[in-house]
Amino acid sequence: MTLWLMAGLLFTPLAWAVLTLLMDFRKGRVVTWLGMLVQLLVSLGLWAVVAGDGGFHYALGGWQAPLGIELRVDGLAVTFVLLTALVAAACGWHASIYLDPAKSWHRYFWPLYWFLWAGLNAVWLGGDLFNLYVGLELISLSAVGLVALGGQAAALRAAIRYLLAALLGSLAYLLGVALIYGQSGSLSLAGIARLTEQSGGDPGLAFALMLMMFGLALKTALFPLHRWLPPAHGIAKSPVSALLSALVVKASFYIAARLWLELGDELGSYALAQGMGLLGGTAVIWGSWRAFLQPKLKQVVAYSSVAQIGYLFLLFPLTWGASEAVSMQAQQGITLQVISHALAKAAMFLAAGNLIMSVGSNRVEALAGVSRFLPFSLFSFGLAGVSLMGLPPSGGFAAKWLLLQASLGSGQWWWLVVLLLGGLLSAGYVFRIYRASFVEDSDIDHFYHPPRSLEVIPMILALLSLGLGLAAESVLSIMALPFEEGGGV
Amino acid sequence: MTSSALLPVAALMTSLMASVIIFALPEKNYRLRTLINLAAAILKLTLVVVMVWGVMQGREYEAAFTMVPGVEFVLRADALAMLFAGLSALLWLLTTIYAVGYLENSPNRSRFFGFFSLCVASTMGIALAGNLFTFFLFYEMLTLSTYPLVVHRGTPKALRAGRTYIIYTLTGGAVLLLAIAWLHGLVGDLRFQEGGHFADLAPSLEGPVTMIFVLLITGLGVKAALVPLHGWLPQAMVAPAPVSALLHAVAVVKAGAFGIIRVVFELYGLEATSDLGLLMGLAAVAAFTIIYGSTRALFQVDLKRRLAFSTISQVSYIVLGLCLFGPVGAAGGLVHLVHQGIMKITLFFCAGNYAETLGVHCIDELDGAGKRMPATSMAFTLGAFGMIGAPPLAGFITKWTMGTGALAVGMDWVVAVLVASSLLNAAYFLPILHRLWFAPQSRPWPEERRWGRLETSSWLFWPPMVTVVLTVLFGVFAALPFSPLSWVELIVLREVAL
Repeated sequence: MTLWLMAGLLFTPLAWAVLTLLMDFRKGRVVTWLGMLVQLLVSLGLWAVVAGDGGFHYALGGWQAPLGIELRVDGLAVTFVLLTALVAAACGWHASIYLDPAKSWHRYFWPLYWFLWAGLNAVWLGGDLFNLYVGLELISLSAVGLVALGGQAAALRAAIRYLLAALLGSLAYLLGVALIYGQSGSLSLAGIARLTEQSGGDPGLAFALMLMMFGLALKTALFPLHRWLPPAHGIAKSPVSALLSALVVKASFYIAARLWLELGDELGSYALAQGMGLLGGTAVIWGSWRAFLQPKLKQVVAYSSVAQIGYLFLLFPLTWGASEAVSMQAQQGITLQVISHALAKAAMFLAAGNLIMSVGSNRVEALAGVSRFLPFSLFSFGLAGVSLMGLPPSGGFAAKWLLLQASLGSGQWWWLVVLLLGGLLSAGYVFRIYRASFVEDSDIDHFYHPPRSLEVIPMILALLSLGLGLAAESVLSIMALPFEEGGGV
Repeated sequence: MTSSALLPVAALMTSLMASVIIFALPEKNYRLRTLINLAAAILKLTLVVVMVWGVMQGREYEAAFTMVPGVEFVLRADALAMLFAGLSALLWLLTTIYAVGYLENSPNRSRFFGFFSLCVASTMGIALAGNLFTFFLFYEMLTLSTYPLVVHRGTPKALRAGRTYIIYTLTGGAVLLLAIAWLHGLVGDLRFQEGGHFADLAPSLEGPVTMIFVLLITGLGVKAALVPLHGWLPQAMVAPAPVSALLHAVAVVKAGAFGIIRVVFELYGLEATSDLGLLMGLAAVAAFTIIYGSTRALFQVDLKRRLAFSTISQVSYIVLGLCLFGPVGAAGGLVHLVHQGIMKITLFFCAGNYAETLGVHCIDELDGAGKRMPATSMAFTLGAFGMIGAPPLAGFITKWTMGTGALAVGMDWVVAVLVASSLLNAAYFLPILHRLWFAPQSRPWPEERRWGRLETSSWLFWPPMVTVVLTVLFGVFAALPFSPLSWVELIVLREVAL
């Protein structure tokens, strides 16, 4: 059973990718619809298995690391597999209606989309450093391809820039992996953690961890390494932007968080933890401010991602040397932030795409009258905005609440400033959009009305993100599913 | 779910569902929308009446579940909740009727009524919230749902007012969140309970708890328009009249005042607040706000702006009442929650009627309006007299109760504030009344419309008539059971066991 599930999660997406590569857009679309259904079922199956029997380490095909692929199937991994299934399916469904089949290069959307999905699952489930690297590369390359799918010169420029940043990040990460392997002789995350626990911190290993963190921070677009993100996310097709902001940047952060939680106590330091937190905090303030100034709608949303990613890096200071309870609050808060941002940002990009299509311009001022004639798409955008601002009852609010508690609990009151000010600044750029849409300058409806199916998908995502706060307890219970330690060499 | 948990949830869901359905309805589906609006309002009023009856019998209504680890979402109908819920359910029905008439044939009605229902759902949530966390949830929801109502007209002025409103309220919300999170970190999840929690507080907690109190009141004071946090309120006047009526009488300012009541009575406890030396500070702020608001009202020429400054002043009566450290004064403050609501809504309905029927917005255009619209002007006059505190109207009951309460605890200066405020009230209301009844009409009405038999559209005509009758009844029959005053005395008996 487990073998089938693992194969279903990691290898069937690759099969869909190859299959759709051989087809035109329309046939690829049909295959993808089928594939999405299969992936959703497999992901739910994984949840059922882990909820029933608890999490486990799993060596694929019986081969142990470093030769084989070691998987770590715990509650957190299940949470992210489910999130990916949900968000990727929504974006894929949207893309199948949104993309124009007449443009010949759009047929490449499907294979890239499936490679991306395979890479994401590989990262969520990966238990050894090298296979995490493989997953990360798969994600980066398909993401770059998806950005370039726009076809214009600007899209290509943004894609090249993204590629260079991603490659540099991967290189730094790989160097770190090599250093660790050289010193400890193990690639398994669990194995290295055991090793460092016995031998204590080691400057060589600590340097390797720093290198990996740098690479991952670059890929996650942490301030001041964020410059590649807004052009890439802003120019890509809306479903692509949604996938990138919702899932892709989270993959590199996920690896950084796993490394930190396993190795941080031994190899990290107060200064490193605070430094990461400080960069995150600056990202929140700077990203929100930049978002407020952007004249184009999708750039506003893209800079908002820079800001929202900043919150994630508060994980480092809030878990370093903290008590079990505080550390757990911080981890729960960050997990909720990842989920709620994924849902809200996907909703926002998809809704923004609909709005741009309707008004025929990507500028914020062009939204005048939208509130009157296109209330549905605006509503999705607005509800997603509530989650980004961290107002109740959204998931963003529940996340902020937990992070506030963790900051107070660990006596690091300075993060309160970031959390509260960040919320107000994000209200600044979200309300700028509302305000533009409430302007009444014409009594005639001259807008294009997108098909209802395009409008419904962002609405569903936005509602999920909004309601997440009310169900936070049950969502977090997936993350806390029991996990059997041991395994990994 | 048992029936006792079902009732508060149902009361909340009525307006929430109404809002969702109305958003989904097409703009032109006027009749169905009005029907749903009225049906939901009547259903909710019925539910609230049932709960009031139950609470009177000593029954408990509560629904709770864990929302975020460590924090509960609690809806609970207690006596204090029913005071506010009853007010908002009753005035929602009347304001809905009024708004249907007011917005006839204007664009964006679907949006308007959707957010209108959402706004009332938030108010209901604020009333029923059983702990500070749940209260905050609905408090922020109220901010978000009123924004589209304030900017409804989409004019640059409305958008500017909306911006001011949102900056004030969201900043206030952030301060409030900080205070709530801090308090939660110190003492855990506290439900509101009669008598409060801090009667015997550890000395080491006194400092932080005092700081938290100041933060809480600052956060809540933005909506309650305590000076100097009141700047948004006069600007928000650009909203359509039913919105102003709702904002001033039940929704926004009352949410702030109600929050202060919950914090002082049911979180800290009156005694603990007083022991920490916080009541005098709060009393001073409230007294200053009363005088300041009334003074500023004197100088306004726009009718709605004058009423807005009057609200700033009147809402602080509620806060001042709490600070009188005694059952009588507290009753005076609490009862004003209801009395100010019905009197102020009467005045706003009338102001809206003048604007819609005659096109009159400024006070100096009102000359002779009493002849043209006698019933509306009668309602306005009684509402104004009520505000001044003339017996036997509702406002008199408030001032009398507060005055005796102040004397009972030896805070004589409060009586001076009450007298000064009444004189100022008279000074800014009587000239209006003089123009209405005694000045001859000097020029044609700016923009007159006729509706046949009644002096204005019947949708606009009846709501102020109902509220003005209530203003008189609540005053004359204040001593009867189920009057606001006797309900408040029931609450105070439970809260202040002095």
